[in-house]
Amino acid sequence: MTDTRQLAYIAAQAADARVNVELETEGMTLNIGPQHPATHGTLRIIVRLDGERVVAAEPVMGYMHRGYEKLAEVRTYPQVTTLVNRIDWLGSFANEVPFILAAERLMEVEAPPRARWIRTALFELSRIANVVLFLGDMGVQLGAVTPVFFAFRDREFVLNQIEAVTGGRFHPNFDRIGGLKDDLPKGWIEETRSVLGRIRTFCDEMEDLVAGNEIFEARTRNIGVIPADVGLAYGLSGANIRASGVDWDLRRDGDMGLAHGELDWKVWTHPDGDSFARYWVRLQEVREACTIVEQCLDGLPSGPVMAKVPRIIKVPAGEAYVETENPLGVMGYYIVSKGDLVPYRVKIRSASFNNVSITPWLLEGVYVPDVISILASLYFILGDIDR
Amino acid sequence: MDTVDNADETDVEAPAVDSGRDALVATLAATLGDGFVAGEVDPGVDVCVRVTADSWLAAGIALRDHCGMSYFGFLSAIDWLPSPYGRDMDAQVDGPEASDPEPMEWGTTGGETRFQLLARVHDPMSGLGITVKADVPGDRPEVDSWIPAYAGADWHEREAWEMFGISFRGHPNQVHLYLPGAFEGNPLRKDYPLLARRIKPWPGIVDVELMPGSDDEAGDDEAPEESEAGADA
Repeated sequence: MTDTRQLAYIAAQAADARVNVELETEGMTLNIGPQHPATHGTLRIIVRLDGERVVAAEPVMGYMHRGYEKLAEVRTYPQVTTLVNRIDWLGSFANEVPFILAAERLMEVEAPPRARWIRTALFELSRIANVVLFLGDMGVQLGAVTPVFFAFRDREFVLNQIEAVTGGRFHPNFDRIGGLKDDLPKGWIEETRSVLGRIRTFCDEMEDLVAGNEIFEARTRNIGVIPADVGLAYGLSGANIRASGVDWDLRRDGDMGLAHGELDWKVWTHPDGDSFARYWVRLQEVREACTIVEQCLDGLPSGPVMAKVPRIIKVPAGEAYVETENPLGVMGYYIVSKGDLVPYRVKIRSASFNNVSITPWLLEGVYVPDVISILASLYFILGDIDR
Repeated sequence: MDTVDNADETDVEAPAVDSGRDALVATLAATLGDGFVAGEVDPGVDVCVRVTADSWLAAGIALRDHCGMSYFGFLSAIDWLPSPYGRDMDAQVDGPEASDPEPMEWGTTGGETRFQLLARVHDPMSGLGITVKADVPGDRPEVDSWIPAYAGADWHEREAWEMFGISFRGHPNQVHLYLPGAFEGNPLRKDYPLLARRIKPWPGIVDVELMPGSDDEAGDDEAPEESEAGADA
């Protein structure tokens, strides 16, 4: 290397160092995602840092936007369930239910009791399949790899039960306007009972392994605290808002048209509003979902699973909004019908979109490692944000 | 059998008067004065009100402060101009270009203009929810931002802005949310064509046709009254 080139190299290094000094004082921009392992899906977050502290955080979305609201305007009502299956793909059946209920309200059709009870059982099984993964995944986000293997192992049994009824592990497409596509297969009820036992054991394991872990508590207690009024103003729902002490669950308080009102179960809340509370509430909700499914299996009424509906579904003109308490929070569909084969407009209100919209407010002032813990505890599915 | 069951249950579930929702409409009408246009209560089911665009923000604040609606559901819009491309059910590859749109027809609580804002808020204590609408003209769609009333309106307004082209006065960061920054057009407007249908015929159309062997001559416009459940039984 000649002297001149060596000098230029040294000068460049000095310039780099100067830039670094400037960055330390002026803050640094860190890009998390869109394909960062901690983001489950393609959520990208741009954070401005001052040292280890987050000054501002701006989520960037749209990497998975599929335009379901536009597509729904050219699809017949039965075809729309295929689309909405793919919104929250971990609890797919639960996505279909509010859409079908909204269409049923417009058509003034009511599903027979047996269909409502089976819907309730599948709805809660979707919740178990969805939230069980969260209970394990939250450990991975904080550096504990074991819980997620337990979660994948036990979720498989739940998916098997969903598959046995619907034929689909992830996208059941089983709910129909006026009832269900089919009845339960033989022996399903007994198998499901044993699966619920496994899930209960899993919950106990998670309570010991994760929630009772000192490191986990240190990383989540008093981290990402959401006061109830702020959470409500941002439209947080589901376990996220119940972990802030708001005792509101559409399964109990709303008009969901499922069998929840006839069953004996409990809504769990937690006063703290931090990441730990969100984990804890979800853990209790899985147990509660097991109770609900069990009661559905015990009290399953007999009869048909399909009401009398025309072969070609034409929904009378009108507007209806139905929302349900889905695994991720409140999910609703606002359907505008003009009496056609296709909806005129479908507004999809998905839970994760609102749940994540609080992040710019919530991440301000936290430390970088807590960003991961907070995002994990808010628990979103990208398909549920981008739709 | 089914019809008898259904009739019984609907009779029980539909009270003629819904005092909670009626009171809600009365409170809003009193607070907003001339800003209140129409209210429609479906007893025991739902309630929808329409306000003027000028009192849009006032309606949000009134709902939050006077009606206990602390929970923000969503904010979006409806484009009432019927699509000039028809239902887009058929392949448009060789089809006709845009035709003159049909006259507009509005839904619940009526309407006057092409766009209608649509928002939903809730009271977690009473469990009541309310849909709020406001007419926005098609030539200059502009309205006050709801962020002072509900912080969560931020992203919903960015989405409504890019999808419908409705701008929100006072929004601190009105930029694209889902679409790339250089995207042109407002995809959820009815006159924005669904480009996929213009490239490739839509195979799903087959589902709308009658099953083979069905004796009904009816095409798309007639819904035969026979049912799958009836056929099975």
